[in-house]
Amino acid sequence: MTEINKDPLLSVRNLGVVYETSQGPVHAVTDVSFDVQENEVFGIAGESGCGKSTLIKALLRLLPDNGVATADRCDYRGSALMKMEGEAFRKEILWQEISMVPQSAMASFNPVYRVGDQVVESIQTHRKASRAEALERASELFDVVGLEPGLLKSYPHEFSGGMRQRAMIAMALSLDPGLIIMDEPTTGLDVLVQERILRRIREIRAELKSSIILITHDIAVIAEMSDRIAIMYGGEIMEQASTIELFENPHHPYTLGLKNAFPSITTMGTELISIPGSPPTLIGPVQSCPFAPRCPFDDAACHAANPAATEIAAGHVVRCVNYENSAQFRSLAKEKSTWLS
Amino acid sequence: MVVLELDRLSCHFELTPGFVDRVIKRKPPSYIKAVERLSIAIGEKEILGIAGESGCGKSTTCSMVSGLLDPTEGDIRFRGKSILGLRGDAIKDYRRSVQMIFQDPYESLNPRFRTVDIVAEGPRALELWDANEIEQRSLAMLDAVGLPSGKYAERFPHELSGGERQRVGIASALVMEPEVIIADEPLSMLDVSIRAGILDLLREMQAERGFSSLYVSHDLSILGNVADRLLIMYLGQAMEIGPAEEVIRNPKHPYTRALIGAVPIPDPRSRRAIPNIRGDISKPIDPPPGCRFAPRCPYADASCSNTFIEMETGAGTLHQAACHRLAEIDNAGS
Ligand SMILES: Nc1ncnc2c1ncn2[C@@H]1O[C@H](COP(=O)(O)OP(=O)(O)OP(=O)(O)O)[C@@H](O)[C@H]1O
Ligand SMILES: Nc1ncnc2c1ncn2[C@@H]1O[C@H](COP(=O)(O)OP(=O)(O)OP(=O)(O)O)[C@@H](O)[C@H]1O
Ligand SMILES: [Mg+2]
Ligand SMILES: [Mg+2]
Repeated sequence: MTEINKDPLLSVRNLGVVYETSQGPVHAVTDVSFDVQENEVFGIAGESGCGKSTLIKALLRLLPDNGVATADRCDYRGSALMKMEGEAFRKEILWQEISMVPQSAMASFNPVYRVGDQVVESIQTHRKASRAEALERASELFDVVGLEPGLLKSYPHEFSGGMRQRAMIAMALSLDPGLIIMDEPTTGLDVLVQERILRRIREIRAELKSSIILITHDIAVIAEMSDRIAIMYGGEIMEQASTIELFENPHHPYTLGLKNAFPSITTMGTELISIPGSPPTLIGPVQSCPFAPRCPFDDAACHAANPAATEIAAGHVVRCVNYENSAQFRSLAKEKSTWLS
Repeated sequence: MVVLELDRLSCHFELTPGFVDRVIKRKPPSYIKAVERLSIAIGEKEILGIAGESGCGKSTTCSMVSGLLDPTEGDIRFRGKSILGLRGDAIKDYRRSVQMIFQDPYESLNPRFRTVDIVAEGPRALELWDANEIEQRSLAMLDAVGLPSGKYAERFPHELSGGERQRVGIASALVMEPEVIIADEPLSMLDVSIRAGILDLLREMQAERGFSSLYVSHDLSILGNVADRLLIMYLGQAMEIGPAEEVIRNPKHPYTRALIGAVPIPDPRSRRAIPNIRGDISKPIDPPPGCRFAPRCPYADASCSNTFIEMETGAGTLHQAACHRLAEIDNAGS
């Protein structure tokens, strides 16, 4: 990958994660490399089970006991995240520098304390602030996510699903971290509240110059928010590029299929073209392109070896042996018959 | 025929006041009026979609209909009989007939059960079939929701991704062969291709067994596809109801218009228009009487804050909105 002059905020090379299970090892993340620049929104999209949450749990060292991560590099502002002392990592990095909105946002509050007290406590643990100052900050943050400050006094069970998700976003913003990782932050929100929160997050980010990793399967949200996008499939990044480049000059057949299948309110009633077949179960090591069994353009080479990632233009990386035929793929991918044969 | 009827259903929550407020300042308690006088009738084989602002009372409605939460006021009738106050076998029967798919798959799956046992739990508790048949049906249901049982049956919930958990929840509702399915955001964590597969499965089962359904979602394009009728709610009140496609294509209520106008389209060069609503956030605590959207409505006048409109929401009724200024808004809009 071209190394941009400026040091990236986060730099990951050849990250892999394997879960041991009674059915054998699950290769949830394989050979993942990417950089997140300062002041950038990096989007990650891909099917359910393709390894998105695992990838970020590995970065934050939150994997369960049966998961093992390996990487050639995993640096945040020059410090190797995976090699730091556990204590130092938790004190200096987690929440302070890198915060996270987990996918299980709804279940991540302590049920016996008021939501506001939990936000206040998080602020006071990491910052010198009086209770009044912390409370003031918590109300500001609630306003950012569209919650009436009066709700700070509520208990988590008194919140709706989307309200808990928003409270978690407020928590993640509370310490002005350098990098905010959001795992499906808007799945529980209606589009009006979502629009407002995303707009406010963009404003805050511009002000603080922090970066965001945004994980979502909602292509419309990722298009709206991201500067660059990585498309994952079967534990690997299939393609990554700037957002405009990825939408206007996509190369990987999976990216083409994903774009076809996305419903939009403007296409209601027209039939969407979806990708037939089902995702890989990731059990056992990958020995061919993981998408080959569902790819309409596969040939012998695709099944013989797992293709390497190739940088086809500055910052545009594709993992497909036939990337040179992408112009042809793009026009064929629009026909439903292509995907059915 | 009407299968399920919600009759002026309300649910109010008293907010837990702090000690100081309660005892020292003697403030009167505050209320969140999560659902207010909601009336809907759901017909045989009908899928009623519900959409609305986060926190507008969709899950609360689902819980009341599933018999998990008692309404503050109003009635729920299943095939003509009230379900409130059902006891013993009667409530057991009802709970089998009406299955709920919960919004949060991180909270609703028993962490100590393997996926196959989570799916089999309901049929086992009610001894629906013999042990072997329950096992077979549960495994088949896992396969049907796209979790090949050979690979997933033995896993525990913490070994599953978000979308995989969500599908376990769907499987455990469907395996019960219910007459009504209450689906609260059942597909929110699934990407489009897996979604399409599950929607096909639901349609197939619908054709085979003909259940009715309440289907809550924030995704209006899914609702436009699966729902027969669509109900739009705001802060506990019904704002608009009508045939799903009709509501999406020709929204009447100012809230529905703003909502549909804010749907993002998957194109990085397009920007969402700033929505046509006033103010910033909705205030659910002690809401004013009258139309609760009034404080944010660009067309509201003084009369709105004391006019509460109840719609005729019987099965098959036409497209209508709970707004008394529609004519003026239409004139202003075009
Ligand atoms: N603790 C675990 N043990 C074994 N397998 C696991 C474990 N956690 C996740 N997996 C598997 O690893 C794969 C990747 O899971 P992950 O949660 O990263 O997916 P995801 O991309 O976040 O999906 P979703 O969009 O559904 O949340 C899945 O196939 C999942 O079944
Ligand atoms: N047990 C409770 N105690 C107090 N208030 C509650 C309780 N449950 C829900 N509420 C409140 O009732 C309102 C409606 O909540 P509900 O969960 O029904 O919303 P929802 O429409 O499902 O929202 P979402 O789309 O975010 O899931 C919210 O303001 C919520 O704070
Ligand atoms: Mg996930
Ligand atoms: Mg809900």
